[in-house]
Amino acid sequence: MTSDLLLIAALDGIAYAALVFLVAVGLTLIFGVLRVLNIAHGSFYALGAYVAASLGIGIAASKISPWLSYPALAVAAAIVGIVVGSAIERLLLQRIYDKEEVLQLLVTFAAFMILDNAQRLIWGVQPYFVATPLQLLGNVQIGGITYTVYQIIVLPAVALLVLAGMRLFLRRTVSGRVILAVAEDREAARAIGINVPRVYLWTFVIGSILASLGGSLASPTTSILPGMGTDMLVLSFAVAASAGLGRIEGAAITALLIGLGRSAAVYWAPELDVLVPYLIMTLVLLVKPQGLFGTLQARRI
Amino acid sequence: MTMPLLQVKDLSIRFGGIIAAEDVNLSVNPGENLAIIGPNGAGKTTFLNICTGYLSPVSGTVHFMGRDITRLAPRNITRLGIARAFQIPQLFLEQTVNENMLLAITARHTSLSTIRPLGTSAFRDEAADILSLLKVADFAARPAQELPEGTRKLVDIAIALALQPRLLLMDEPTSGVASSEKFAVMDVLVAALATRGVSSVFVEHDMEMVTRYANRVAVWNGGRVQKSGPPQDILDDPEVRRTVIGH
Amino acid sequence: MGARNIVLLVTAAVLLAAVAWLLPWTRTFLVIAMSKGLAALGIVILLRAGQVSFGHAMFFAVSAYAAGFASRMLGGTDIAVMLAVGIAAAAVLSLVVGLFVVRYRQIFFGMLNLAFSMVLYSILEKFFEITGGSDGLRLSRPSMFGLVLQRNDFDLMLVFLSIALALGATLAVQVYFASSYGQALRAIKSNETRLEYIGVSARLVLLIGYVVSAVTGAIGGVLLAALQGLASPSFSYWIQSGEFVFIAILGGSAFPAGAFVGALVYEGVRIYAAAFANDIWELVLGLVIIGIILFAPRGLVGLAVETFASPRKREAVPDGSVPMTNAAPAKGSAEQ
Repeated sequence: MTSDLLLIAALDGIAYAALVFLVAVGLTLIFGVLRVLNIAHGSFYALGAYVAASLGIGIAASKISPWLSYPALAVAAAIVGIVVGSAIERLLLQRIYDKEEVLQLLVTFAAFMILDNAQRLIWGVQPYFVATPLQLLGNVQIGGITYTVYQIIVLPAVALLVLAGMRLFLRRTVSGRVILAVAEDREAARAIGINVPRVYLWTFVIGSILASLGGSLASPTTSILPGMGTDMLVLSFAVAASAGLGRIEGAAITALLIGLGRSAAVYWAPELDVLVPYLIMTLVLLVKPQGLFGTLQARRI
Repeated sequence: MTMPLLQVKDLSIRFGGIIAAEDVNLSVNPGENLAIIGPNGAGKTTFLNICTGYLSPVSGTVHFMGRDITRLAPRNITRLGIARAFQIPQLFLEQTVNENMLLAITARHTSLSTIRPLGTSAFRDEAADILSLLKVADFAARPAQELPEGTRKLVDIAIALALQPRLLLMDEPTSGVASSEKFAVMDVLVAALATRGVSSVFVEHDMEMVTRYANRVAVWNGGRVQKSGPPQDILDDPEVRRTVIGH
Repeated sequence: MGARNIVLLVTAAVLLAAVAWLLPWTRTFLVIAMSKGLAALGIVILLRAGQVSFGHAMFFAVSAYAAGFASRMLGGTDIAVMLAVGIAAAAVLSLVVGLFVVRYRQIFFGMLNLAFSMVLYSILEKFFEITGGSDGLRLSRPSMFGLVLQRNDFDLMLVFLSIALALGATLAVQVYFASSYGQALRAIKSNETRLEYIGVSARLVLLIGYVVSAVTGAIGGVLLAALQGLASPSFSYWIQSGEFVFIAILGGSAFPAGAFVGALVYEGVRIYAAAFANDIWELVLGLVIIGIILFAPRGLVGLAVETFASPRKREAVPDGSVPMTNAAPAKGSAEQ
């Protein structure tokens, strides 16, 4: 019985880690390039979930094939990331890149308040639950445990695809290398003729799409509620900070660590489940303030 | 033989593949003004960073007045009597020059307070004296961020002096200071160090400064102390002339 | 701290007290404004060091709950005891959390505070038997320094107490800002390296500021709990923390009194806006924060100072000065 419980906890942890990773990798990518921590990042997660739920409800209401709800998840992520992401970057962030860090934080915090409010205006406060994508794929037996294919195969597969895709994109394509060049040295990149504002816009949109994708993929597995954005923001920050801000592969590992830690707590110490991610982050940062995979940089004096 | 004030033994540090220091042995004796010269990127500033606890060496030790200070934090080393002036001036930019000075003097004298206002009249007089010594008294009431570059350098030295150190480390103390001013300032500074019994180490590129103010010179090259000795011997050495001075 | 400044602050406090005396309907509003102003004052202290906390409401909440527990255990209590217990609880919590968060700056400082406040929020919601869950903790009306008062008299005395505490806290923070620790706190913002190199621990300096800021927030939390007879998890919610940050920025983060100006304006607008803008309140707040940061970074008090300062004072910078700028002058460009 205990070994079953262990297995269930591990499967839960993996499914959850996949979602957290998608959001955290967007946060860390944006930070790595723009040097701005986007507090509104959690809102993209929530918006992705709400838009996906609305599309799902629309598909269910019309007579078209329910299998369309899978592309709908991707479409929801793309809509939110491109429309809201580029609006925020163009209208807001572009005005604050040269401001003090504390002011940048305040502005993205303000954007968070605005988006959180907008989301409640549009979708209200009642929970949404659209499980079609979860149900269509059915279940799978793993070591005697029945688990949904969607959560234990689709979600981790998407996370791994994103991880591999990001690696390929950043290392092997021209656009990716341009982004890395800007992350490495903004001034030098500008000096060799890279259009830095455009790179910022792209990066922000990609990061936002990843957060919205996390939300839209999460939507079949959970009730969609106000407040989910805040929880995910802090969680994804815990993942990104434990890995070292700007570390993509590291974020995958800490997402798994925090996901497994949290699901273990759900089964063995349920009153602590909210605390576990923060405990892990606190411990990591106490020992390595720069994160597990981050490097410490001394200021030149 | 008297005990050296600062003694560095077998010091090594590297960043990635670059060796900034390798088995360095160097000491500073009481009353000495030691100049460190050498090509850019040779590790001179790194040496100051290690001596003041900003960086930890891979191996080796630093002793100050017989005490091992190798891995102490900068503030603890400062409290033992080593003050530092920086290549890039490190000032409290939002505060006035006077407030900069008073913070340093207060930190040296007493523990800080959450109630007593910063600066007694005795501290204010002391700050004014040091500022006029370095010929920057006119700027006392100005926020540090408004100062011209050369003035910043001098205020940075003034803060270090306000700590009443036994040893003052300076990183190119007069770079950015107008050439018409720098010898006048250094004359009084070095005289003041002598009357106060403060020893100094200064990293310098200007050989005229070295000749005038150092009583010993160490040549830092490729992470090693290539030579050390009296200024005239070192500056006349053909190898030093070729590798460091460049003619 | 000049005599003129003290006279100005005392006059403002007396005027507020007079308003409360003459217009009973302003009393609840004034207590709420003063209590949130006290919490925003905590944000002003942290902004002095260039740091911002998105979780400062945790101290607001912990003091309210501590006062509530004290009241419950003693079977009703006095406002003085509630304040003492609330302050003590916040001081202890801020010391423990502070020992951790003062190791970090900027993003990390802000986000770790947010994380801690969310942990507190979920604890308050989850441990239902102890905290009353999302309904919160009811507390009976305390006596007022030994006097047992009826509702109306209690509210009036609570306003007076709130105004007095706000005035006291403002003056105390002004003394603190002028002290050596206060100046060192400001130095953290511009150059922590130099602070270490004059032998001062930047972490200790920030920890002291953090505890002081938690204590001002704690006073606010107790006052609000006493007014409403309730401590609820929403006291620690992130939107509450955001409100405090908002008030501090609105009032003008360079001025301790700005926290209260910000709080009065904020709560005043809120009363009138509630009727037609309740649904879009946060949206409006967000837009106003952005507007202030982009167009009036010194806040309302900053605007007032710029508008009303005598011309003589404005030109106090000596002739031939370099114009005020954040950027360092180009190397060698301005040698004397």
